[in-house]
Amino acid sequence: MEHPAVKGTRAVITCDGLQALVDGLAARGYQVLGPTVRDGAIVYDAIARVHDLPAGWTDRQEAGRYYLERRDDGALFGFAVGPQSWKRFLHPPIETIWTSHKSEDGITFTTEERTPPKYAFIGVRACEIHAIAIQDRVFCKGPYPDVAYEMRRRDVFIVAVNCGQAGGTCFCVSMQTGPKADSGFDLALTELLDDGNHDFLVEVGSEAGAELLQRVPQRPASDAQLAAAEAVIERTASRMGRRLETDGIKELLQSNLNHPRWDEVAERCLSCGNCTMVCPTCFCTTIEDHSDLAGASAERVRKWDSCFTMDFSFIHSGSVRKTARSRYRQWMTHKLASWIDQFGTSGCVGCGRCITWCPVGIDITAEAAAIRAAPYALKGEQHGGS
Amino acid sequence: MAVPPLPDPLVPQVYRVDQVRRELSDTVTLELTPRSGSRPTFEAGQFNMLYVFGVGEVPISMSGDRANGAAFVHTVRDVGAVSGAITKLEVGATVGLRGPFGTNWPVAAAEGSDVVIVAGGLGLAPLRPAIYDILANRRRYGRVVILLGTRNPNDMLYRHELERWRQRLDVDIEVTVDHANPDWHGHVGVVPALIPRADFDPHDTVALVCGPEVMMRFTVSALRDAGVPADRIYLSMERNMKCAIGLCGHCQFGPTFVCKDGPVIRFDRIADIFAAREV
Amino acid sequence: MEGLERILREHAFFEGFSAEHSQLVSGCARNHLFNAGQYLFREGEPANEFFLIRHGRVALEIVAPGQTPIVIATVGEGETVGASWLVPPYRWTFDARAVELTRAIGIDATCLRGKCETDHHLGYEMMKRFLPILVKRLHATRLQILDVYGKR
Repeated sequence: MEHPAVKGTRAVITCDGLQALVDGLAARGYQVLGPTVRDGAIVYDAIARVHDLPAGWTDRQEAGRYYLERRDDGALFGFAVGPQSWKRFLHPPIETIWTSHKSEDGITFTTEERTPPKYAFIGVRACEIHAIAIQDRVFCKGPYPDVAYEMRRRDVFIVAVNCGQAGGTCFCVSMQTGPKADSGFDLALTELLDDGNHDFLVEVGSEAGAELLQRVPQRPASDAQLAAAEAVIERTASRMGRRLETDGIKELLQSNLNHPRWDEVAERCLSCGNCTMVCPTCFCTTIEDHSDLAGASAERVRKWDSCFTMDFSFIHSGSVRKTARSRYRQWMTHKLASWIDQFGTSGCVGCGRCITWCPVGIDITAEAAAIRAAPYALKGEQHGGS
Repeated sequence: MAVPPLPDPLVPQVYRVDQVRRELSDTVTLELTPRSGSRPTFEAGQFNMLYVFGVGEVPISMSGDRANGAAFVHTVRDVGAVSGAITKLEVGATVGLRGPFGTNWPVAAAEGSDVVIVAGGLGLAPLRPAIYDILANRRRYGRVVILLGTRNPNDMLYRHELERWRQRLDVDIEVTVDHANPDWHGHVGVVPALIPRADFDPHDTVALVCGPEVMMRFTVSALRDAGVPADRIYLSMERNMKCAIGLCGHCQFGPTFVCKDGPVIRFDRIADIFAAREV
Repeated sequence: MEGLERILREHAFFEGFSAEHSQLVSGCARNHLFNAGQYLFREGEPANEFFLIRHGRVALEIVAPGQTPIVIATVGEGETVGASWLVPPYRWTFDARAVELTRAIGIDATCLRGKCETDHHLGYEMMKRFLPILVKRLHATRLQILDVYGKR
């Protein structure tokens, strides 16, 4: 390159160029992670070669259904999102907080020296970038920041991908979180497939991205390629699987705590907690204290938890949320309403995972629409008017 | 001058049990001092997470006098595995302690107004630091009224202290019990019933309320009926706590994280969900 | 009788009572002084009087054989003791004991019931004052039954 790239600069690379990117990241000490096919799903794992990516695969998603299908092209990113999100790396499912030892002199607490891994995420969707930003607000902006999260988060290198395929349960357009990645990435790719050409339009999002891109063989983006990339994104945006009306949703849910719809969804909800596990923004954890049989040492472990468990809201007189009704209401009201009070944005990014992975196909967009269609009348209005 | 870094809020500091006082058959008051250094300062209404080795951790409000004493004072009732283990600790035992956490009673903001303190049962424990603060600066307040409800006269917490406060001429204390035997010559009835008869100016009063949630609901009703505005009533809420620093999500009450937006919460901020079921 | 009428009208229960009605009611009224420990009435006795407490405290008590009496409510200055005088078979359901020196106005139940039958306006004014007291007592009793301070 004759001149160093700056933020917003675009170029075009081939699959070999993508390989060079991956190699460049590995050479800089990053643990490179990206989508791979495993156990009939697309999951994030370590990748070294471009052919580790799900070339030629797409996903079919509907409420309670997920399966992979062969594409008729070799697109590397021709799918939406799988059951996992990047939170399993930034906010790991299990973490030891401290260990403790008991002796005659009393008890001591020890923490381990943390060396945070250096992650590079390949193929991060726009909705996932927003989800990461949402978790950044949860973990970094409170009175007690999560130091371990901050350390893991600080060095993450993000290669985003603008979706060329809308998922069956996607509604990022409604949540204004996609399909185009606007910011929050180091590099953003849009896959361009036509007439035997397999290229990627790359957009620079940061200095680190610019620096890495400099060392990758590339050519300038032609007007046709820029237009093609725009068209990909527009097509994706027009094929959303779902819609969620977000206008006034906070007030709608917070003023309908006793809506009959909650009883109705409770008859279907199994309280299995799948939705909270697959959701990229759900952050709840529990603390478990373990001790050995001799009673000499103990440790505290933090684990992912779900507000759907019976114990979640337990206080000495019993659980506050005993019924499935109250627990589903808690999850949905927190995600779409209380989150706004707490963190300034919605907690939902419209990725559709909760709809896809619910064993009984409960659809958050349908539940919201049902409540909106018939907001629960105030008692006075029900009894024959004023 | 270098300020020592704050301890990691996730890791307990080691504290020694210096004193154990049995208050009731199932309730003790512990005095805890740090194994090294001095205890942090705290505000009335805040809590610590107390850890018993191998058993677990629970949130317990501070009950001591901020201005006096090198120890954290905690009154604990046996209602589960961890609290039960705490009530069985002996002098010299070591515990883990994280804190102080949480919001405080508006003791300073209430200066210039009347103060009504309504405590139900063990709810007197988190209110005691506020009472100490107020009585230490008595002249800064108008009328000070303390209303206490308890199950029966034998279950009264800090009885000697209550009697000592009662001897002051500048504090009104009324106690009521749910039921009693004929030795008891005081009120028998519920705490809200004491409110219409208490002497305070509802238009310039700050109310501090702590007790079982049902008792707080009816007390708030009675205070509102008496004319106290919703934004001058403060409650201390309780919910399941794990991390105590607003990251684990367990203590949520609507949008409120009880550990960091509470436990002391101004009533108008939760008025719309306070009576809702299973929130 | 004039002194009694004035005392009656000063009691919180009769706030807003018309002069005419006050006179009617005071015709059934008399003064009482109970020493500490004295019983106003006992369970099972005919409920033929209801009491307005002017000063002092009255404990409502229930006794079971072999057990210490349990005080289930206390009534103080400005309040009333007695509801069973309104409802057949007009028998007291609890003991009422003065906890301390107590001054009260007793209103003869037969006399008052008769006057209310004759003058329905008087009857309605009495009911309007009585019912809120009963409702408040019911609410309080329900709260007491919950045993909120007890362990779960």
